[in-house]
Amino acid sequence: MKVKMLSRNPDNYVRETKFDLQRVPRNYDPALHPFEVPREYVRALNATKLERVFAKPFLASLDGHRDGVNCLAKHPKNLATVLSGACDGEVRIWNLTQRKCIRTIQAHEGFVRGICTRFCGTSFFTVGDDKTVKQWKMDGPGYGEEEEPLHTILGKTVYTGIDHHWKEAVFATCGQQVDIWDEQRTNPICSMTWGFDSISSVKFNPIETFLLGSCASDRNIVLYDMRQATPLKKVILDMRTNTICWNPMEAFIFTAANEDYNLYTFDMRALDTPVMVHMDHVSAVLDVDYSPTGKEFVSASFDKSIRIFPIDKSRSREVYHTKRMQHVICVKWTSDSKYIMCGSDEMNIRLWKANASEKLGVLTSREKAAKDYNQKLKEKFQHHPHIKRIARHRHLPKSIYSQIQEQRIMKEARRRKEMNRIKHSKPGSVPVVSEKKKHVVAVVK
Amino acid sequence: MSANQVVESLLALSQQEELVDLPKDYLLSESEDEGDGDGERKHQKLLEAISSLDGKNRRKSAERSEASLKVSEFNVSSEGSGEKLVLADLLEPVKTSSSLATVKKQLNRVKSKKTVELPLNKEEIERIHREVAFNKTSQVLSKWDPIVLKNRQAEQLVFPLEKEEPVIAPIEHVLSSWKARTPLEQEIFNLLHKNKQPVTDPLLTPVEKASLHAMSLEEAKMRRAELQRARALQSYYEAKARREKKIKSKKYHKLVKKGKAKKALKEFEQLRKANPAAALEELEKIEKARMMERMSLKHQNSGKWAKSKAIMAKYDLEARQAMQEQLAKNKELTQKLQVASESEEEEGGAEEVEELLVPDAVNEVQMNVNGPNPWMLRSCTSDTKEAAAEEDPEQLPEPVAHEVSESEGEERPEAEDDTLLREFEERRSLRKRSELNQDAEPAGSQETKDSSSQEVLSELRALSQKLKENHQSRKQKASSEGTVPQVQREEPAPEEEEPLLLQRPERVQTLEELEKEECFQNKELSRPVLEGHWSEKIPNNHPDAPKEKKKEEEMIDLQNLLTTQSLSVKSLAVPTIEMLEDEVERNQRQMIKEAFAGDDVIRDFLKEKREAAEASKPKDVDLTLPGWGEWGGVGLKPSAKKRRRFLIKAPEGPPRKDKNLPNVIINEKRNIHAAAHQVRVLPYPFTHHRQFERTIQTPIGFTWNTQRAFQKLTTPKVITKPGHIIKPIKAEDVGYRSSSRSDISVIQRNPKRVTTRHKKQLKKNSAD
Repeated sequence: MKVKMLSRNPDNYVRETKFDLQRVPRNYDPALHPFEVPREYVRALNATKLERVFAKPFLASLDGHRDGVNCLAKHPKNLATVLSGACDGEVRIWNLTQRKCIRTIQAHEGFVRGICTRFCGTSFFTVGDDKTVKQWKMDGPGYGEEEEPLHTILGKTVYTGIDHHWKEAVFATCGQQVDIWDEQRTNPICSMTWGFDSISSVKFNPIETFLLGSCASDRNIVLYDMRQATPLKKVILDMRTNTICWNPMEAFIFTAANEDYNLYTFDMRALDTPVMVHMDHVSAVLDVDYSPTGKEFVSASFDKSIRIFPIDKSRSREVYHTKRMQHVICVKWTSDSKYIMCGSDEMNIRLWKANASEKLGVLTSREKAAKDYNQKLKEKFQHHPHIKRIARHRHLPKSIYSQIQEQRIMKEARRRKEMNRIKHSKPGSVPVVSEKKKHVVAVVK
Repeated sequence: MSANQVVESLLALSQQEELVDLPKDYLLSESEDEGDGDGERKHQKLLEAISSLDGKNRRKSAERSEASLKVSEFNVSSEGSGEKLVLADLLEPVKTSSSLATVKKQLNRVKSKKTVELPLNKEEIERIHREVAFNKTSQVLSKWDPIVLKNRQAEQLVFPLEKEEPVIAPIEHVLSSWKARTPLEQEIFNLLHKNKQPVTDPLLTPVEKASLHAMSLEEAKMRRAELQRARALQSYYEAKARREKKIKSKKYHKLVKKGKAKKALKEFEQLRKANPAAALEELEKIEKARMMERMSLKHQNSGKWAKSKAIMAKYDLEARQAMQEQLAKNKELTQKLQVASESEEEEGGAEEVEELLVPDAVNEVQMNVNGPNPWMLRSCTSDTKEAAAEEDPEQLPEPVAHEVSESEGEERPEAEDDTLLREFEERRSLRKRSELNQDAEPAGSQETKDSSSQEVLSELRALSQKLKENHQSRKQKASSEGTVPQVQREEPAPEEEEPLLLQRPERVQTLEELEKEECFQNKELSRPVLEGHWSEKIPNNHPDAPKEKKKEEEMIDLQNLLTTQSLSVKSLAVPTIEMLEDEVERNQRQMIKEAFAGDDVIRDFLKEKREAAEASKPKDVDLTLPGWGEWGGVGLKPSAKKRRRFLIKAPEGPPRKDKNLPNVIINEKRNIHAAAHQVRVLPYPFTHHRQFERTIQTPIGFTWNTQRAFQKLTTPKVITKPGHIIKPIKAEDVGYRSSSRSDISVIQRNPKRVTTRHKKQLKKNSAD
């Protein structure tokens, strides 16, 4: 007699070793998993809420300076090392992992105006109010040695900023004019001027390294070519630009931090219209720095907050502030694009997460998958009103909040007036100027 | 000293005078120049007076040291300084003396030369420098455009960008310590050595290595791009050829062939002019081709295709034409080349041969067609004309006809493309008309179908013969008239075509009538052509008119309340001349009506509204359970009493908002609670709401997707590695070659720009 039995192939369900995962057969028939949109919507809503719950960006405050922090610099080779210069002429080198100051130098008398590291990370340069440029070794002096600069260059005028070339032993200072220095010489190899106002900052282009940008107090931004030793073009804005920063991934893009509360991203080939106007600050923007991925930048403002902007959005995605943080003077995005540092008036350097709700440390694969999935869900449903509201909600200090309201009213009034003017005058006689073009006064060739 | 005193006093006086003068000037407010001139004159007078005081002592200085017209020892007058000194002025006195010829020449030479322009000022120069530098820099930067664009659009970016290449020790290093021991290994190594293959160090032959280094990445890319382009071009060409090959239109192919032939002919002409020897060769080739063609049976009627066509030719017009063409070709090929001693008999013989070659059936059909078919007729008649002209030249002693026929033959190929198109049009219209006629009189068509017997054929043949004769006679007439222009002769041809065609199915027309008509037309050529057309059209329209009316009535039945109002049909019982104009209008209206025939907007709207109201009404709930308290099963229904008991009537909902608004539907379905969660405006990157909905509706979660798909769907846009420094993008990272020269070396080669101010500073510094 033949007996029929159910049989299964053991290959389909037996594990090879006991460490293998159990095979879980799944049926993807859509009929068995209904309501996919509502379910994903709820998941997205939860993810957004959780993001806000876990948004705790503040990591540490580095205190030790005895005056406001005026400038910051990253170490090019070491993620944990940060340098800062204060308004009393003191330079401190910090270790971020230990959150400790590892070295203190009384570098200048008066302000330390600028600080920059050499591309190899062995030394750094400072300029101060005492009209000197000093080069220092990154490592501290040996036992019994004096803390002394490697080189000191005594200038005639005050230097207000310094930046080092990205590949070669060349640095640039600014003040009355932009000077290009060879490290080995005591006089500049080339100096460029255009106009007579003092220049507040100079920055080398990180990709096309012979390009420089500077901004002066007569409201202009000037671009220079180091190799041809000539200025290239000048754009005059409504108000003074405090500093500029080049995009490290897009050679011709830079962002200018302006006194009129806005930031302007320019394509240096077409200076007559900024690519994007970023507005959210309610006071002068003092510093700006790009994320090393070139997708976002952070700005520090006089309104006691820092904001993070995506490069293609005119509104910020994030705002950081604490009760004790005063006017933020300088800001830097760390080289691994994970953290943000800001130095402020009240002598502290603060360390923030670039992504407020990110979990630090090593993630398991499941955590990673969940994180990615949640991120995608948030992106997918970002336009839905409830999710948008929750994702955009930020608590702001009262001063900033009221300022925003006030400025919104002012802006609305201005807009209404303009509309009325257009409405009640001959068609075409009052031109409609776009927001982008409104702030550019002139481009000088 | 006395003289000095006098001078002093006088000077004082003159000053006073001037002082007096000044206010006067102001008062008069005359031009200042005049006033100045006045003052100056006075001054001059004064000076003269002074010099006259002691005329003996003073002598005038003869030397002229200033470039002014008036020379005075006291001051330099500014008068005349505004005038420009022209070289011609200086040359004037020179002209008189001939001794200064060389100087004159030199001066003339100088005069002919132009002055060098002033150099630009420093700011201008700087501006130009800046502009040039900016353009250069922009060009350098624009190489980054594609990379930036790519990175912006990238699905995923992984930072840091530069890949850390895994360190792998080359195999030759690994192998260096290893030696062949076993006999097999040794044998293999021996073989390798024999063939000069590298064994251990290095693994690549020198040739291979060279080839590896031969091309840089950029070159290789360029080469690849070139190859790709060439391949693409080839594929385009092939596709084009294929496409052209696929075109079924014979006409098209014929035109193409003709064009090619024409081109070849032109080229041959050119070649003949440029290189007679080559042209001769070419000619031989052509001749050979012709001979081959002639030898082949392609254009005989013996081929399979020809036979099939011959069968088809009875029914198919195209086949008939193809047959004819083939025959023509055959004739052309079989014709002997023009030799000087060409006799009539030979020609006649050729004709006979041709006659023999053509199968009877085709000939019959040809005849059949030729009789009533006007567009066939034209070609046929021209042929026959030629034939007639060749056969009996004595019949037509006048050379005019010859010339005419020849010229016709020459003209035809040139205007053929146009005429072909025209023929198409004509044929289409004629076909339509003939169809109409057939509709109108089916009996007649029936008759024609029946009359495909031999008798009819013979009749037709006779008819065509007559026609030929007719033509000839007409030609004779024309030639006898002598001055009758060619145009006139050509005109009646299309005219006679139409009546022939129109009346073909009826077969009422007899030969006599035909002749009559032709005579009639020949007589009254001056009569406007339109009249004839018109007279034909009206009777044609008569039978059609009631039909049209019928159609319209049908349409009216279909029309509904919307369209009935605008409809106004004129009775067509009595056709008038105005009818023609009316017809155009009516046709247009008809067309519009037909276009919007299906749209009954009001009814649709009302229906829609009713449906909406129906849908929004609350439904009754039937809670009846069959089989409870009674028998249940197939075909059994719960009792009415029970149903009534368990039917819960829905309460009457609130009245619809659009109840009293006849032209409005207010949608009451919108749920406010759900609306709070819905997206109101189409978000930016999407262009259509359906696109957005689709992205929302595709789930990305693991519940709905396989593991692989889930991973793919949820990959983050930017990935950074913790603890890795992300450096700015470099030219080498993206495959560009970075500039070999360093920036600093470039500067040091042109160290021009240390400002003077800075130099001074440096000097001071060094002094300190």
